[in-house]
Amino acid sequence: MSKTIYDKILESHLVEEQSDGTILLYIDRHLVHEVTSPQAFEGLRMTNRKVKSPLSTLAVADHNVPTTDRSKGIADKESAIQVETLSKNCKEFGVNFFGLNDKRQGIVHVIGPEQGFTQPGMTIVCGDSHTSTHGAFGALAFGIGTSEVEHVLATQTLIQTKAKNFRINVNGKLPLGVTAKDVILTIIGKIGTAGGTGYVIEYAGDVFRNFSMEERMTVCNMSIEAGARAGLIAPDQKTFDYIKGRPMAPKADKWEQAVNYWKTLFTDKDAKFDREIHLNANEIEPTVTWGTSPQDISSINGNVPDPTVEKNEDKKKSIIRSLNYMGLEPNTPIKDIKIDKVFIGSCTNGRIEDLREVVKIVKGKKVNKNVEAIVVPGSGLVKLQAEQEGIDIILKEAGFEWREPGCSMCLGMNPDQLKPQERCASTSNRNFEGRQGRGGRTHLVSPVMAAAAAIEGKFVDIRKII
Amino acid sequence: MEKFSKIKAIAADLQIMNVDTDMIIPKQFLKTIKRTGLGSALFYEMRYDQKGNLIKDFVLNNDPFNKAKILISGKNFGCGSSREHAPWALLDFGIRCIIAPSFADIFYNNCFKNGILPIILDENKVKELSEIAKQKKEIEIDLVDQKILKEDNQPFDFEIESFKKECLLNGYDDIALTLKKESKINNFEQKRKNITPWLY
Repeated sequence: MSKTIYDKILESHLVEEQSDGTILLYIDRHLVHEVTSPQAFEGLRMTNRKVKSPLSTLAVADHNVPTTDRSKGIADKESAIQVETLSKNCKEFGVNFFGLNDKRQGIVHVIGPEQGFTQPGMTIVCGDSHTSTHGAFGALAFGIGTSEVEHVLATQTLIQTKAKNFRINVNGKLPLGVTAKDVILTIIGKIGTAGGTGYVIEYAGDVFRNFSMEERMTVCNMSIEAGARAGLIAPDQKTFDYIKGRPMAPKADKWEQAVNYWKTLFTDKDAKFDREIHLNANEIEPTVTWGTSPQDISSINGNVPDPTVEKNEDKKKSIIRSLNYMGLEPNTPIKDIKIDKVFIGSCTNGRIEDLREVVKIVKGKKVNKNVEAIVVPGSGLVKLQAEQEGIDIILKEAGFEWREPGCSMCLGMNPDQLKPQERCASTSNRNFEGRQGRGGRTHLVSPVMAAAAAIEGKFVDIRKII
Repeated sequence: MEKFSKIKAIAADLQIMNVDTDMIIPKQFLKTIKRTGLGSALFYEMRYDQKGNLIKDFVLNNDPFNKAKILISGKNFGCGSSREHAPWALLDFGIRCIIAPSFADIFYNNCFKNGILPIILDENKVKELSEIAKQKKEIEIDLVDQKILKEDNQPFDFEIESFKKECLLNGYDDIALTLKKESKINNFEQKRKNITPWLY
């Protein structure tokens, strides 16, 4: 029978299937961070259980870490305790841990691929919803809660039910200046934040084939914003080239063996999908969110919606609530929206390619006098690479702050937060109420759109700049 | 995990679509290393003003809804992050059952690990229950028979996967259940080492 790539990965990890459809799924790799793991390790201690496969587990602190000078440790007491707890737990249970001063430290979804920990055909989990990022490598990767973190630590398996298959095809040529971020925001706008619930999404078509691994990661990262726990792209030569030679990649004779296996990871020609949609790449535009859900998107040339023309009562209420929170009047042109802050970083857009695109826009220019702009590299190695390329110098000359790696203002668990009513052009993944700080107003955009907004002090059509 | 079989309680109505986990429990409360004590922070930014005073017109701040065990809400409840702090906060507040037209996947799963029953119900039925909730009348949830009972003696049926139901009814620790299959897992792992040796 013809199978999808999801079917293939699932089948190769089935320890057991019960008659009611409940499955016991084997987990190849487990990423752990400080926020969603302390209660899981505590659970193991209380029940006298061990970590079954410490070598399949990799831990790092990313959510709470300061992005300014770290030489004096973490000032916030609770954050410090959480990071210290992770370090202690890893020592006690024998889990590999990248400490705060390790140059490999960074956002868990940046370092997994960077280290070659992430590989095609794997099942990968982490107590973080953006684990879907790793699907860019043709892995089945999804976020789990803390109880499930404990379950994986103890058993290297998870109790699951099968998801349905959803293929999203994007074919054609993206206009210049339109990025992977605009593609995924457009997809979310089209299917809605619950459109992928219960599905694993496969992204197919020329656009994803032509994307670099970084761009594929940006797309898969936000699968969860479309409601899908996992999104994936079939691996190809680009995937193999990216992995080759990385510290945790297969070595020597095992490399060939691995690649041969990875080449079997594609969707068969006649495989059935429970849902399928097609988008035309030529029609995708630079995208900005106006509301408090990632589905609230507009083209840069669009306007803030007018709730009075919305016929559905629930949707109308929702728009009114969002506009009230966002401090926006109906029908305001997106291009007229002025911003106070710019955040470039996160597991969505904090990789080296993102930073390279940003400097192309800001080189020789200055950040608008009304804007504070920060760039937070996704990992210590991204930071190092950027500094070797002189990216940090260009950014600093333009007036950006150049920070230490971490999740930072994507969720503001560290001091990087918006103040009430501050408006931010952000390359992160969520524009929820309060996400970047209480009362803070988030507009999700691509790195080049964020960079251009930093210079102009408001949103601009990137296509007119490049 | 506390068992769940039947509850009869006041329900609080929160008719918002896409209630996300940042709303349910904002980031500053994720720094805890415990599972308990988050009830006072549930829906923090909707419940308290910037000075920390209770916001009067928020449903959970008012009697009898401050003692609600059932929450009724809009589509796609629990979307966003995987933080289990969201169900922990709901549970700590006293919520044992959430009724909505749909839930986000990770949140839905997390509920079951904490003795909370999430019920997916048609939008019209959810609206009917929300009217009952507003009238401060109790609603009864019977997991055994998979029924929602209300005054008019016309109960609503609901669906739930049999394994999840079993776990809730018995308060099972699913790690203990899985560990009973350890030899099966080890055999699987051994086979996998032969097929994909580069992973080990």
